[in-house]
Amino acid sequence: MNFIEARKLVHEYIRRDEEDNVESILTALDQVDLDVKQGEFIAVLGHNGSGKSTLAKHLNVLLTASGGTLWVDGKDTANADNLWAIRQNTGMVFQNPDNQIIASVVEEDVAFGPENIGVPTPEIWKRVEHSLKSVGMIKYREHSPNKLSGGQKQRIAIAGVLAMEPQCIVLDEPTAMLDPNGRREVLEAVEQLNKEKGITVILITHYMEEVIHADRVYVMDNGKVVMQGSPRSLFSQVDTLKSYRLDVPQITLLAYELRKAGLDIPEGILTRQELVEALCQLY
Amino acid sequence: MLRDITIGQYYPVDSVIHRLDPRTKLMAAMLYILSLFVFRGWAGFAAVTLGLVLVIVLSRVPFGYMVRGLKAVVVILVLTVLFNLFLTPGETLAEFWKLRITWEGLKNAGFMAVRLTYLILGSSVLTLTTTPNQLTDGMEKALGPFNRLHIPVHEISMMMSIALRFIPILIEETDKIMKAQLARGADFESGNLIKKAKSMVPLLVPLFISAFRRANDLAMAMEARCYHGGEGRTKMKPLRYKRADIAAYLLSAGYFAGVVALRIIW
Repeated sequence: MNFIEARKLVHEYIRRDEEDNVESILTALDQVDLDVKQGEFIAVLGHNGSGKSTLAKHLNVLLTASGGTLWVDGKDTANADNLWAIRQNTGMVFQNPDNQIIASVVEEDVAFGPENIGVPTPEIWKRVEHSLKSVGMIKYREHSPNKLSGGQKQRIAIAGVLAMEPQCIVLDEPTAMLDPNGRREVLEAVEQLNKEKGITVILITHYMEEVIHADRVYVMDNGKVVMQGSPRSLFSQVDTLKSYRLDVPQITLLAYELRKAGLDIPEGILTRQELVEALCQLY
Repeated sequence: MLRDITIGQYYPVDSVIHRLDPRTKLMAAMLYILSLFVFRGWAGFAAVTLGLVLVIVLSRVPFGYMVRGLKAVVVILVLTVLFNLFLTPGETLAEFWKLRITWEGLKNAGFMAVRLTYLILGSSVLTLTTTPNQLTDGMEKALGPFNRLHIPVHEISMMMSIALRFIPILIEETDKIMKAQLARGADFESGNLIKKAKSMVPLLVPLFISAFRRANDLAMAMEARCYHGGEGRTKMKPLRYKRADIAAYLLSAGYFAGVVALRIIW
């Protein structure tokens, strides 16, 4: 069985009036199938309201399905007994760095997760030090989070999740509120965790540039998974992506336009280097 | 103006005071506040000043940083001084119009000002040298026995520590909303008190909305990190008394006894 397996997952937000009659139903997830293997780097793309955040909240059992099934690490999320085990095993990083830091000192915030799951004190210290080191924030351990930059705060949030020693981290638009530098910091930290520690990463985002390094990409629109595949295969379908209101990275777009204009270069170019090489091959 | 509130703002340096157990500091702060209301006369004044100066020096928090916390209470301070100055009966010192300043009033006003100032400074030492989490840990532990009376001590202390953590964030937010409103022509400065209060409404509404949104996000983030109340929770920094704490207890008890003795003797 895959690490995460969703079959026909449905989630409906039901709005009721005062007499408990259903006023409107918004289907945020519509028959979603998802398969993630241990150690994979998965990106989920979609514009606002596509259901990608709802999907992320299901993986951590912050929401439960209205229909369909979801297994995380072989545990059924519909079973309430599995709740804490799943939450510990799939950590979650949210969009707003300020709203997920609980303590007023960096190291105490990182310790919040392990404290909740009852890790003994000496072990907490070890985990805090280790997690802060892996995101490169160890020298800020005694600082107040208020005085750090957005990228640094997000890395602390990641460290806080790491300290619970999860097998998988779900990041729900972790870079949406950051400047370009902060975005790079956070993505580098995430990629490093995936490569060096083999932690499964599920990155929810609407920035196309961020999915280039993913193993597989899911594109969501209107609650449905509409495209999936490697970044390269996805980016070769520029028109389809555009129809889902997603912006293709500039380099890919340039290569696509050049190809359309008649230049003989391969499909799905992702980086500047690749484009340069492809162009040099021509002459 | 809003940035000047230092209550709940931890000042990260390493000092003897910082390393003390929060329970010790809480107890010492309480004794100090009590002593402020016990002392009388110049000898008592000297004793409480000496105590405060000693603790501030030991805490290694810059004095200027500490004094900033006073700005928030200037109004209360001035009011108290004025009331004491004009409304204390006794030997008349000066008289004009319907107001009368008495010698006792002057003395009372002076000591009241000292009391309030020292009260704020003393409690600032506590909050500047103790992280809010330590502070609430200390309270949680000290109030532990109330758990048996079904008072949710853990939940209350968790709420307090979160409230403290969000003070600077909400202050920053207020500043931002204020600037946004000012940029669109809002006027917070002119007019009488009622008008000023009314002009705060467009400030408070967005602030409350954003605070609720933050609370919602935070609750979700806490749940995602397996928070499920105080049961089965361990601590990264469990509270343990050290030798310095015993010394601090003895010192503050000695100090308090000294102030009481001074009052009785004088």
